[in-house]
Amino acid sequence: MEYVIEMLDIRKEFGTFVANDNITLQLKKGEIHALLGENGAGKSTLMNVLFGLYQPEGGEIRVHGNVVSITDPNVANRLGIGMVHQHFMLVEDFTVTENIILGSEPTTVGMINTRSAAKKVQELSELYGLNVDPYAKIEDISVGMQQRVEILKTLYRGAEILIFDEPTASLTPQEITELIQIMRRLTEEGKSIILITHKLKEIMDVSDRVTVIRKGKGIGTVTTAETNPNELASLMVGRHVEFKTVKGESTPTEEVLNVTDLVVTDYRGIEKVKGLNLTVRRGEIVGIAGIDGNGQSELIEAITGLRKVKSGKVLINGVNLTGKRPRKITESGVGHIPQDRHKHGLVLDFPIGHNIALQTYYKDPITQNGFMNYATISKKANEIIEKYDVRTQGAHEPARALSGGNQQKAIIGREIDREPDLLIAALPTRGLDVGAIEFIHQRLIEQRDNGKAVLLISFELDEVMNVSDRIAVIYDGQIVDTMDSKQTNEQELGLLMAGHSKMGKEEQMKEGDNHHVE
Amino acid sequence: MSNRLVNILVPLISVILGLIVGAVVMLISGYDPVKGYMALWSGIFGDAYTMGETIRQITPYILAGLAVAFAFRTGLFNIGVEGQLIVGWFAAAYVGITFDELPKYIHLPLALIAAAAAGALWGFIPGLLKARFKVHEVIVTIMMNYVALHTSNALIKAVSDGGDNTGAIHPTASLRSEFFQNMTEFSRLHYGIFIALAMVLVMWLILEKTTRGFELKAVGLNQHASEYAGMNVNKNIILAMSISGAFAGLGGAMEALGTFEYASVKGGFTGIGFDGIAVALLGANTPLGVIFGATLFGSLKYGALNMPNAAGIPTEIVSIVIAIIIFFVASGYVIRLFIERLSKKKGAK
Repeated sequence: MEYVIEMLDIRKEFGTFVANDNITLQLKKGEIHALLGENGAGKSTLMNVLFGLYQPEGGEIRVHGNVVSITDPNVANRLGIGMVHQHFMLVEDFTVTENIILGSEPTTVGMINTRSAAKKVQELSELYGLNVDPYAKIEDISVGMQQRVEILKTLYRGAEILIFDEPTASLTPQEITELIQIMRRLTEEGKSIILITHKLKEIMDVSDRVTVIRKGKGIGTVTTAETNPNELASLMVGRHVEFKTVKGESTPTEEVLNVTDLVVTDYRGIEKVKGLNLTVRRGEIVGIAGIDGNGQSELIEAITGLRKVKSGKVLINGVNLTGKRPRKITESGVGHIPQDRHKHGLVLDFPIGHNIALQTYYKDPITQNGFMNYATISKKANEIIEKYDVRTQGAHEPARALSGGNQQKAIIGREIDREPDLLIAALPTRGLDVGAIEFIHQRLIEQRDNGKAVLLISFELDEVMNVSDRIAVIYDGQIVDTMDSKQTNEQELGLLMAGHSKMGKEEQMKEGDNHHVE
Repeated sequence: MSNRLVNILVPLISVILGLIVGAVVMLISGYDPVKGYMALWSGIFGDAYTMGETIRQITPYILAGLAVAFAFRTGLFNIGVEGQLIVGWFAAAYVGITFDELPKYIHLPLALIAAAAAGALWGFIPGLLKARFKVHEVIVTIMMNYVALHTSNALIKAVSDGGDNTGAIHPTASLRSEFFQNMTEFSRLHYGIFIALAMVLVMWLILEKTTRGFELKAVGLNQHASEYAGMNVNKNIILAMSISGAFAGLGGAMEALGTFEYASVKGGFTGIGFDGIAVALLGANTPLGVIFGATLFGSLKYGALNMPNAAGIPTEIVSIVIAIIIFFVASGYVIRLFIERLSKKKGAK
């Protein structure tokens, strides 16, 4: 079998740090080849070498058997290599076609000829079953559609080899299924695909072969059909990984969080939390299961004081903290791992050490007589970096430079270290690899075992079911049911999350109809 | 190429390029660039007098630069330094002429505090409007400049019974220094330079050492995370604008108590406040960088005054040449990019 791309013994160094230590990756024509590795393993570096953004210190790249030197992305484009970036590079105000031709606009007598381009976009869209409207504005189409525009962009430029960088990170389950179909269609038409990911399920679903890298080293290439998720996970992490989180029985005691009849509105004044009731006790993890947009964010922000409460009450350890300032709530024993770590969790341009001090900077021993003791910060930060396995060059490194998983570990370290009575973890493992996920789940369970209350919000049902002791299903701003995690299943939860009540199927239909009549 | 080397090379190449292009402008206009630059040089370093005057010119630039830089570091764009400086100028002069028979150790600090307070008030208003009503500080500060200019003009007229000058301040409020005057052949060099340098230290202390500075920087970089961390975002915005304004107000005091020893009706803006933006950016918004930026600005501005007399170059051409030199220094980024490209290519081969 002919290889369309061969990256042989690629070596890339940054100063003394070896990001790619003689990695080999060979892509066959018409295959979907997964590139698997933890955050920071060197996947992106390797792909940036292929795309001409970095020059390797060693090794060679062959395209169709010929040795090439890819000095910049334009060369990569000419060789038929296209990249679908994780963060889309699209102009919101432009149409699909305008975005696709951006940078190589077809012109007739100096005027951009959008029509001929739109026609070509339409043809490509139909050929690969992308179903994209060439004249739609980017800001009006969904994230999934925007990604297809990115795919079209590479196809329009004649790409034969497509690199997908973490393509499912921001997609809904439905969109992921569609994307997988599109990728299959692309390979049927003779395209070859490199899929960068750390999601094992997707690899098993879609790829033909997998190349695993760990800490910059190539571990090997395996055929997907001959492997299984467990083997892949251990190859990636370098040790055995537990998928099913091991935890003992919970022994809940007194109530820590008590939310009654809570009503919260979003920025437009529309009610997102509509009379919600919830309790979390010491020694238990309560997981909130639900589809994104059913009031989860507003609920957490209201509990932590980041958003105004319209009515209802939030009690923590029996103290009414409704509508208090975030600091008052933090000091009353609440730890918060925020949903968006870049927006709320970190000051990205601060050193990671400063970020670790973000909740305690104003207190003794860090602040004395109004002055900061930066030596104390470094000491404390190094302790947490060590204890929570934050991989960084040191407390002085800007938070921005850390990988997502290590940023998250730093936040978790910061919050847990304060020993809060209530730990709120919102999407704590979003975008992280299995190793980091396992680590974070263990820390949450550890908190529970230490007699703390844990509130977990996640859009991933597996996570909620694995980690929680009780599961509260949120739908349309209310907790529609709460149940023991051992006495429910995905089926039941899925229905509740979709707004069906806990009845027989026919009754549900009726109930649904009645609801509409009202 | 090492980072440190690049950091030294960039400003150096920038200044040289600026001088070359400036020379070309002079050549095209039919003037002798060598003579022109010699005049500039002696206008800055010529003798003790010019050196004294150069330092005197640098002083308000340092404070204006600090004001802009401080706001920048806390995520705010203070275009109102000009106005804050003007109200500070008036406030200092007013205290200087009003209080009689106060001992110097009370009168002078009082005048300085009045200037800082007036500047702080002029910064407080846009800060408050931004914090409470999300009004953009750029719009408010620009408008506050006009309010400052014409209000202070009206007040000067009011205190001088319709005149256009407050009259000289009492010596007890003056920053003038007999020692400096004797040393620099009676230039107007005054003790203000020490105040400006002390403020450089104050800004550094606030930002790098105090807990308040930690909050101000955090709010400037990420308001959401700051709120999450329990900081009072609004309070910090207002405080940042007020501190920035206080630096600018002190800049005005330098003119009121040092250079001129009075305040007079102004036909237009002094320009120091606006130049402060460039000073801060040249200095990368760091306290030490501001000294560098202010030195460059102050020296060129003052030294250029000598070019028409000594080299016969019209002031218009001089202004263009000075602007070009500053332009190139500010374009350091382009030069940095160029150096990096160059060394990258070398590295690739």
